[in-house]
Amino acid sequence: MAALPDAEELCGRLARELKARVTPATAMVGIHTGGAWVAERLHAALGLPEPLGLLDPAFYRDDYAKQGLARDPKRSKIPFAVEGRDLLLVDDVLYTGRTVRAAMNELFDYGRPASIALVVLADRGGRQLPICAQYAGARLEVPAGMRLTLKHDAHRLALALEPERAA
Amino acid sequence: MRRNPQLNEKGGLQHLLSIEGLPREILLQILDTAESFVGVTEREVKKVPILRGKSVFNLFFEPSTRTRTTFEIAAKRLSADVINLNITVSSATKGESLLDTVANLSAMQADIFIVRHESSGAPFLIARHVKPHEHVINAGDGRHAHPTQGLLDLFTIRHYKKDFSALTVAIVGDILHSRVARSLIHGLTTLGVPEVRVIGPQTLLPTGVEALGVRVFHDMRAGLKDADVVVMLRLQNERMRGALLPSAQEYFKHYGLTADKLALAKRDAIVMHPGPMNRGVEIDSSVADGPHSVILPQVTFGIAVRMAVMSIVAGN
Repeated sequence: MAALPDAEELCGRLARELKARVTPATAMVGIHTGGAWVAERLHAALGLPEPLGLLDPAFYRDDYAKQGLARDPKRSKIPFAVEGRDLLLVDDVLYTGRTVRAAMNELFDYGRPASIALVVLADRGGRQLPICAQYAGARLEVPAGMRLTLKHDAHRLALALEPERAA
Repeated sequence: MRRNPQLNEKGGLQHLLSIEGLPREILLQILDTAESFVGVTEREVKKVPILRGKSVFNLFFEPSTRTRTTFEIAAKRLSADVINLNITVSSATKGESLLDTVANLSAMQADIFIVRHESSGAPFLIARHVKPHEHVINAGDGRHAHPTQGLLDLFTIRHYKKDFSALTVAIVGDILHSRVARSLIHGLTTLGVPEVRVIGPQTLLPTGVEALGVRVFHDMRAGLKDADVVVMLRLQNERMRGALLPSAQEYFKHYGLTADKLALAKRDAIVMHPGPMNRGVEIDSSVADGPHSVILPQVTFGIAVRMAVMSIVAGN
């Protein structure tokens, strides 16, 4: 398989693509943890007036019955009114779509947004729900049994492939 | 060696029976999870779907309003169905045994039992007999333990003081009869608080309390010196009748928290109380309502802590 694309370049490309779509009602929410890193970069590049929101949809996940609660759920913080907002929901890797489903359910407990667009650094296919990204930095094929993740070392973001953890 | 009755085979929290014997990582997991639930309780919609379809039975064999209510609110905010049973006025008076009561509720598809009982150890007995998917949370057993109160105290301390590693915590009053004090002491020592003090008259301190890793003071002024956290315990009226104490006035003079005594603690000390308070017996109104008091935030944090405990055990 070819080398993985550079995550920082993908962020730059997404920011340029999003620039034209920003309206006065636009606000951004990043999904913990990788999505929040991508969102920090996009938020700064776009110069959005509202502070960045952070979402950890741990309490909305559909695998709670199987896996229990995640070890250290982060506190979700949405520092603006969601009602009537055009939301850019940001994640690192789009795979089954289940995290995005959980995140959208949580967002609606803060209010009724005018719209939500999904922004992801990489779309690796394999959807189990009818969810698609309006903005994807890259579309990648990932070999079976492997997981595509985003790493944050020192100052740079980097995509990485690693073996899937046994469930 | 017998397995810790609170943990499952993977080391996850299966039941919450006492803070004693819980590893530090589990205590921190509960406090961290509670932190995210505080975010939920500050939203417009204060509810998450995580325990949808689960049934929580509040089994109170001893009366309690605050603890039962906060468990009920916590369970409802997790979308569970809550059934309140005031056993003192039903089955127990008809002679049904504790385990029969629980077996009947289990047949009604219970997932979590919240148990308050006047006998120490009752929640342990229940936990030994429930089915693998059922979970027991101790809401206070006799003089033994009140782990969710201990945890909400720890949460409150961490909220205001950020770090446990340099704190002096003074617990004042009837340590002997207090399950709250016992749970809190175990939690504080497990999380590495270097100085835990207990302050009270000889008759209200258990013999050998030093073995829990605390320093004992009979003089309240000496014990409060430079404390970061002051935890006042409720003086139960029946102690006065039991001849352990001369009178409420006399007790207040020596062990009541007044602004004047609190001035000996650190300038930014916080004052806590598990409630219900006896104003003018263990705490002066000016302190209870004063700038150092975090007694009402304790109640609010108690909901988030109980949400955390329920969502952790029900997932294990």
